[in-house]
Amino acid sequence: MSERPPMSDLNGPQGLNLADMPLMPRASLRTLRVPLASPVPATDRVPLAPPVLPLHHEYALAEPVAPHTLAHSNFSSTTATRQILAAHFVRKSYRKGAIIIPVLQGVELTINEGEFVSIIGPSGCGKTTLLHLLATLDAPDSGEICFEGNRIDNVPSAGRDILRNRYFGMVFQFYHLLPELTTLENVLAPAMIGESVLGYMRRRAAYRERAREMLELVGLGHRLRHKPRELSGGEMQRTAIARALVARPRVLLADEPTGNLDKHTGEEIMAILRRLNREQNLTIVMVTHDARIAAEADRTVTLVDGRVVAA
Amino acid sequence: MYKLLLCWRYLRTRYIALASIISVMLGVATMIVVNAVMEGFTHEMRDRIHGILSDLVFESQSLDGFPDADRRMQEIRKVAGDYIAGMSPTVHIPAMLGYSVGSQYITKQIMLIGVDQTTYSSVSDFGQFLQHPENRKQLDFNLRPSGYDVYDHQATDPDKLQPRSDMQAAGWEYRKRKAKFMQHVEVPKGALEGNPFQPAAPAAVNAPPGEPASAGGGTVFDPGKEQFTGCVLGIGLCAYRTLEGADGFLALPGDDVEISYPTAAKPPKVQSNKFTVVDFYESKMNEYDSNFVFVPITELQRIRGMIDPTTGIANCNAIQIRLKQGVDLNMVRDLLRSKFPPQIFKVSTWQDKEGALIAAVNLETRLLNVLLFLIITVAGFGILAIFFMIVVEKTRDIGILKSLGASGRGILGIFLGYGLSLGIVGATVGLVLGLVFIRYINHIADFVGWVTGQPVFDPSIYYFQKIPTIVHWPTVAWIVAGAMMIAILASILPARRAARLHPVEALRYE
Repeated sequence: MSERPPMSDLNGPQGLNLADMPLMPRASLRTLRVPLASPVPATDRVPLAPPVLPLHHEYALAEPVAPHTLAHSNFSSTTATRQILAAHFVRKSYRKGAIIIPVLQGVELTINEGEFVSIIGPSGCGKTTLLHLLATLDAPDSGEICFEGNRIDNVPSAGRDILRNRYFGMVFQFYHLLPELTTLENVLAPAMIGESVLGYMRRRAAYRERAREMLELVGLGHRLRHKPRELSGGEMQRTAIARALVARPRVLLADEPTGNLDKHTGEEIMAILRRLNREQNLTIVMVTHDARIAAEADRTVTLVDGRVVAA
Repeated sequence: MYKLLLCWRYLRTRYIALASIISVMLGVATMIVVNAVMEGFTHEMRDRIHGILSDLVFESQSLDGFPDADRRMQEIRKVAGDYIAGMSPTVHIPAMLGYSVGSQYITKQIMLIGVDQTTYSSVSDFGQFLQHPENRKQLDFNLRPSGYDVYDHQATDPDKLQPRSDMQAAGWEYRKRKAKFMQHVEVPKGALEGNPFQPAAPAAVNAPPGEPASAGGGTVFDPGKEQFTGCVLGIGLCAYRTLEGADGFLALPGDDVEISYPTAAKPPKVQSNKFTVVDFYESKMNEYDSNFVFVPITELQRIRGMIDPTTGIANCNAIQIRLKQGVDLNMVRDLLRSKFPPQIFKVSTWQDKEGALIAAVNLETRLLNVLLFLIITVAGFGILAIFFMIVVEKTRDIGILKSLGASGRGILGIFLGYGLSLGIVGATVGLVLGLVFIRYINHIADFVGWVTGQPVFDPSIYYFQKIPTIVHWPTVAWIVAGAMMIAILASILPARRAARLHPVEALRYE
């Protein structure tokens, strides 16, 4: 799980390259199937790749770096636990007619590689907005979003598309599967989006294999040809997780992944997320309003009225 | 890839969108059918007109014409001999036709055409339109004994052919039988001596020189043994349609008709002569079939007084010219126009002669195309509306795709591709529908006629047995391409809207 395509890939819609993203070794897949109680020894973990150098010239900063980011002590510190995703003094407000509703009022957040962070807070505190900003689905009014030390909130839309396609996996409360596609096709969607028609057709077999592995990973190997409406809520959410993982993202961003599920199914989903975090060292940022669910993460960030409250 | 897959899935699952392209489909089908029928009509018409008229007509401004056709033809040959395949002099005169049916005397306005029976077939398809097989090979203005076609030899659809039972009798047999019933009363010799109302000798004037007109003894013309100068009647002049749809005839080959024509005198006098019908001319162009009467040119020149009594040189008022295959008509026309004074001679191609008719049909076709294409455009607005609906319905899916990294252009591509595939489906189905309709157009016309009790296509008007159709593939390609274009254009606005949707707002959309 180490070699990543360099960030310069963000520059253009080049194909997802399997050579850059080797399929998961069989052995590790098998280990994933063993009961959760037996964690993979730490020595099995692939050492983290050296930090990919930010290629800022690819994305010339649109605006001068705000002074507060320079003042920030943690910024660009590449210590043993490397920062993967960070929000620096992010503000976001929505406008409803003449009324401006401030949602985020200077959020400061850093997420380290391999961390399982849950963002918790009451409804309307801006959790989901923060997640959308982290996923570059939306742009902050001010402040910065950084991914592996590179500012990403101001890159051109083509670059953000690639980021979302390859570096972030997203899971939503309402699953958000495409109703016209089968489970397998839904999982393949990111690959189809990231690849040209020809490129996809050439590597189709590999992608399908990868998607099938991901579906097996979430325990849906037997429902490849079912349409989302034929699945239960838990199954849909597991499909969504498989879809989020198919492109080997660096970060999984989950927006209330259990919010629409009953307690038992929610626990299943949480178990999968925990296992992914532990066994694949996947960085997970999860938004939830449920303190019980949030407690399963390594770290909990509490958001109140658009600000991070010290835990 | 996801674009193709989603287009395909949308195409298969959104039946409402398929409903929106039914109008495209119908528009395409109608356009194809209309164009094929119009093309068929035009082609048939041009074909027939061209068959009836020669390529070029060299005519005098005056009906009385110009003398010495042979010398003119030599001059024409000198100018454009390389391009000319055949020439024939003709005389065209407006005239009146009269014949008796029972006690009724029927008169019709005609165009009397004097033709040279040896050369006229070489400049037009005249021979093919006659009803006696021998006459089709070589026209003879002498009445044939019998053997006139009972079945239309030009009919393309033998199933629906109705026999012309009247024609069975036509010929000498008929003439003899009829003569028996209309025997002249023999006037005893000398009985009318001194009678001021004694008629002049009736027939000797224009009995053909070869016929033994006076052999029957004295001046009495025996219709049972002799004929007047032969004439070929346009079939429309004496044909009628029976209730069963078969052709009936008021006069037959073997009957005598009277033709009144202006003489070449100054001022023209009206003069009448009797002629014997020897054949019918059926070009299937009603305008010509109910107008033309052909007689031998030498006879017409003689009776009209077009022959100079001192030199014996006859006038004719037109020279029909057929050009060699592939020669540009207009080029030869202009060549001849430049060599002969336009004050005296008029040179025109067959297209010039019927230019107005062809132009009218072309204009009709063009107008119909514009109107029908407007229908497809209206269908385009239907697609536009339904696409907006689909984009609204798919808002969340668009958000999902964007959250998975699909670009705005990718989303645009989905909906443009969807529009295109709808256009392809609509145009293809329309194409197939149109072609099938054309293939069975006559069956369909019959069926509709049977259901409504009103024949859709009345062959008596057109003299076509069935509706002619020609599929002109470039036109079809244009129609199909146009329909697809409209489908794409109609999907541009909704697709742009979809592409510009904000991912977060789209995801939140309920």
